[in-house]
Amino acid sequence: MSLLHLAVLSPLLLAILIPFLHKYFKNIHTGWFLLPLPAVLFAYFLQFISTTSHGGTVMETVAWISSLGINFTLKVDGLGLLFALLITGIGALVVLYSIYYLNPDKEKLNTFYVYLLLFMGAMLGVVLSDNLIVLYTFWELTSFSSFLLIGYWNHRERSRYGAQKSMLITVFGGLSMLGGILMLYIITGTFSISETIQMSNEVVNHPLFTATLILFLLGAFTKSAQFPFHIWLPDAMEAPTPVSAYLHSATMVKAGIYLVARMTPVFAHSGTWVWLVAGVGVLTLFWGSFSAVKQTDLKAILAFSTVSQLGMIMSLLGAGAAALHYGTIEDGYYIVAVTAAVFHLINHATFKGSLFMVTGIIDHETGTRDIRKLGGLMNFMPITFTLAIIGTFSMAGIPPFNGFLSKEMFFTGMLRVAEMDFFNMDTWGILFPIIAWSASVFTFLYSMMYVFKTFTGKYQPEKLEKKPHEAPIGMLISPVILASLVIIFGIFPNVLSHNIISPAMGSILPSLLENGEGFDVHISHWHGPTAELFMTIGVIAFGLLLYKFMPKWAGIYSKLPSRMSFNRFYDRGLELLELTSKNITKSYMTGFIRTYLVYIFSFFILALASTLIFKNAFQLDLSDVAPIRFFEVVLVLIMAVSAITILFAKSRLTSIILLGAVGYTVALFFVLFRAPDLALTQLVIETVSVALFLLAFYHLPQIRRNEERIRFRATNALISIAVGAIVTMIALSAHSNKTFGSISEYYVENTYKKAGGENMVNVILVDFRGFDTMFEIAVLGIAALGIFAMIKLRLTRGRELDENK
Amino acid sequence: MKTNDVILQTVTKFVLFVIILFSIHLFFAGHYYPGGGFIGGLMTSGAIVLLLLAFDIKTVKMILPFDYIKVVAVGLLIAIGTGAGALFFNMPFLTHAYTYAYLPLLGKTSLHTAVLFDTGVFLVVIGVTMTIIQTIGESE
Repeated sequence: MSLLHLAVLSPLLLAILIPFLHKYFKNIHTGWFLLPLPAVLFAYFLQFISTTSHGGTVMETVAWISSLGINFTLKVDGLGLLFALLITGIGALVVLYSIYYLNPDKEKLNTFYVYLLLFMGAMLGVVLSDNLIVLYTFWELTSFSSFLLIGYWNHRERSRYGAQKSMLITVFGGLSMLGGILMLYIITGTFSISETIQMSNEVVNHPLFTATLILFLLGAFTKSAQFPFHIWLPDAMEAPTPVSAYLHSATMVKAGIYLVARMTPVFAHSGTWVWLVAGVGVLTLFWGSFSAVKQTDLKAILAFSTVSQLGMIMSLLGAGAAALHYGTIEDGYYIVAVTAAVFHLINHATFKGSLFMVTGIIDHETGTRDIRKLGGLMNFMPITFTLAIIGTFSMAGIPPFNGFLSKEMFFTGMLRVAEMDFFNMDTWGILFPIIAWSASVFTFLYSMMYVFKTFTGKYQPEKLEKKPHEAPIGMLISPVILASLVIIFGIFPNVLSHNIISPAMGSILPSLLENGEGFDVHISHWHGPTAELFMTIGVIAFGLLLYKFMPKWAGIYSKLPSRMSFNRFYDRGLELLELTSKNITKSYMTGFIRTYLVYIFSFFILALASTLIFKNAFQLDLSDVAPIRFFEVVLVLIMAVSAITILFAKSRLTSIILLGAVGYTVALFFVLFRAPDLALTQLVIETVSVALFLLAFYHLPQIRRNEERIRFRATNALISIAVGAIVTMIALSAHSNKTFGSISEYYVENTYKKAGGENMVNVILVDFRGFDTMFEIAVLGIAALGIFAMIKLRLTRGRELDENK
Repeated sequence: MKTNDVILQTVTKFVLFVIILFSIHLFFAGHYYPGGGFIGGLMTSGAIVLLLLAFDIKTVKMILPFDYIKVVAVGLLIAIGTGAGALFFNMPFLTHAYTYAYLPLLGKTSLHTAVLFDTGVFLVVIGVTMTIIQTIGESE
């Protein structure tokens, strides 16, 4: 277990302590206990820059399930490090911000911070693991923690709706990805990402390639809210604003982008990848920015804006993947797209993070986020206004902020897509710069709406719940830091280029580099009067025009058919799903255990009898059978008599006692055959279960003789006789049909040698097959919880739970 | 209905300790002789069930004021924690270690991490059995 592993797991470990810290230090805001962790981790990860900036990587392995190729391998390379820095850096700022945002008297801080830590650890795991199964595990953990955080205010119906929606969509994608991972394993025989990348040629030529690619992309697209899976992100905005800033803009939603970047070396040699990633990306970019304009909630604007910006990064990665088509760095005409993707990833985290925090401040200080109610806040909140200006202008791509630089590079990337002469890009490629440009116009438009509708215009105090004033200093620190980064990266972009961007690109396009080589990234502000510059000017000009004449054309939004929207599709789909599954379940769940036993035993008979018949498995060989002794005959007789008597017992009490007698006789059998452990267990189990039975006895209905019908009993008799016959046949065949030696020899030999014990049964239980025991007790625990919940939380008839309280 | 339980109650008071001692013996003997956490736990639950039969749930709850669901949780944590402990020594999950030590009074004693794991099993079994019996019993 290395320091790196500890760093990744440290948030999860701290999460265990948080409830206690919260309980025993009531006067201190729980967030303060959290804050040092991401800050320290950030500093820790910064150290790795010296390694990665020279193209080096750090790899640490802890053996997990080595026999299946699953090891907890962590790898720090340029790409992983970039994300780790984002997660811990933004994480620290968000925690600081949340300390002032969340009121310790009103909110359940312990759960909030536990979920947040859970997420932080999971996200670090996603971006640093080199093993696909481990990555998948952490990936799902981010979905779960996101679900919990969106539903944090679980008394609100919208929160629960949003949480469920995000969960269903991202877990659907996660499961598809798991399918992709398994297919990739079939192709390559390894779960290691580094090894998979080296085998990319075999992957591309494998018949499963396209299916694998699509499954992976489903995972990435759902997580990163790409069209048409973007619908969950706006609803996820029900989460507290620090969460939106952290999960749903800066980090978690970028996991999909991470995955695409990570898997680019494996998949990007194909045209399908380039088309899908770039196409879906650019479509999302347009749809997101187009939809953002019609929103009236500040957070909804930012949500759609995030969708659209994620699409933009996605499309850049897709376009940049074409660089692999050439295979050398000299021809890397398309590499600029990857540079832009990485650069914009950082920029987006800075400006969108600060904008979310600004939204939180506005919400916190005025009581609303509706731009129809807001206006003229400039005089009340001058600092927040400045922050909003910096953030939105960067988002709109106006110089000198960092968004301008990446937006220009984005245009370059898109223009070059149009010039591609492979993957059939020459016919349709021209669409890319056109869609990109029009999407940018809408981006400009909603950015301006965000800042000017809120801070300028008419002040409407009567519509606000509180009298607005500037936020406390603690809430301003984090957005101020982010906004300063926006300016610093805007003016000196090259502080990033060598240390951060170039190594990250090295991880995305490794095959273009010779050993020890790195991408030479230089970002400049002025390229002369190029097409990109005119595109930017055009964006601003058209954007201003549209903003000016907004009332004249905004009507088109109401013309869009609402019946066809993806949200409606999702809602209807969910309703239908629930209804259908309810009907199907109702059709066979009668509520009587005897019915279920009939199902179970019928299936048992069918499955086993058909195996016996079709596999020709029944054999009878009595040559090496031990002689039957007197005691055994007696015990069998006792058992048979008590079992048959149960059928004729008039009272339930008698049957319970008779059943106990059968059980105790079985225990005696174990004694006869020298299995003291089994005998003991059977004896105690029998005792406890008879006691349980007696307890349950009171709840069971009386046996009524007249209720029982002959036909009904005939079926049951048939089933029970068949079960008995089949079990006997299997037992006989198992005895007669020994095709391989028994494993017991192994245990006899190794029980003392390897496990230092002498009781084989127990050593098998706790050591050789300890995993089975662990899961068994877990199942037992779940069963106990289930029974407890069913009995304790039983709803009395006619009373319904009100979840909205 | 009033029942006369004097004999049962008196015997229980005595037998209870015999059973519990026996279950502890079973638990510790497990690695070398018949026994182990599972049987030990069941035996202890059997003792508590006897107590329940002789007295009533309220009295038993006063004697043994445990929240059995928490017992399950603690047991699971111990079992999984023992398994995870191996990871810190760079061994696969659930690798056990053992050694022999000479202790005063006890003489040569074997020390196993398997016992820790078994303790988890022991607690889970008691917790599960008692949770089920108690919840069903209380719902009457």
